[in-house]
Amino acid sequence: MPSTFETVANIISETCDIPRETIKPESHAINDLGIDSLDFLDIAFAIDKAFGIKMPLEQWTQEVNDGKATTEQYFQLNNLCTRIDELVAAKGA
Amino acid sequence: MRIEYFQLIDRIVDLDLAQQTIRTEARVPSASTIFEGHFPGYPLMPGVLLIEAMAQTSGWLVIAVTKFSRMPFFAALKDAKLRSFVHPGQNLSLSAKLLHEGSGYAVTKAEIRCDDKLACNAEITFRLVEFPNAQFRANMEKMAAILEFPMGNLAHG
Repeated sequence: MPSTFETVANIISETCDIPRETIKPESHAINDLGIDSLDFLDIAFAIDKAFGIKMPLEQWTQEVNDGKATTEQYFQLNNLCTRIDELVAAKGA
Repeated sequence: MRIEYFQLIDRIVDLDLAQQTIRTEARVPSASTIFEGHFPGYPLMPGVLLIEAMAQTSGWLVIAVTKFSRMPFFAALKDAKLRSFVHPGQNLSLSAKLLHEGSGYAVTKAEIRCDDKLACNAEITFRLVEFPNAQFRANMEKMAAILEFPMGNLAHG
């Protein structure tokens, strides 16, 4: 079974036509990979479907806009994968 | 259909919140300045307007599913296929199904049938945002009434 990161990296690679080898756990989706908000909707759709979750993007965006969180907390891939794992665990609880 | 005003559906025929589907209908006007250019001597309903009609049908479904709490704005189109010509005066049967309601976005699959024949279909992504202002929302509620949007369904959905 692929890790959360492997699944997310493959989704990003296929959705945004980014070479898979350039996508690292420490990559920032926006700053390093250049993914814009529209492309991120496609990625979110694929992630939501793959993991059977609903990533709270509106809440995350609001927290970033309010200065309560940094984009790294949600959009750096290793952190994003941690959030995904938490959502998957919460679903199964 | 008031094509020049971008009102591309006439009526909501069915809204099923359990199945997350909607059906609407529209009649392409017999005459319009649009047909004078598209095309002279061979008037056709422009494909972009058929796509917009699918988006409007999907949009009302999303508004229903989100219980009038979000406004869906057309964001992306995938796998759009314009399969047959649509002519002035034809009746359209439109439908959409919600594929996913995400946080701040929604994805639908929509189609238009004309004389029981599939005329076009696509997958449509919307950004969901709060209504920009009270007037905008009031206009949408007014349009909902014109389209016979079943407000009562929301309370039971």
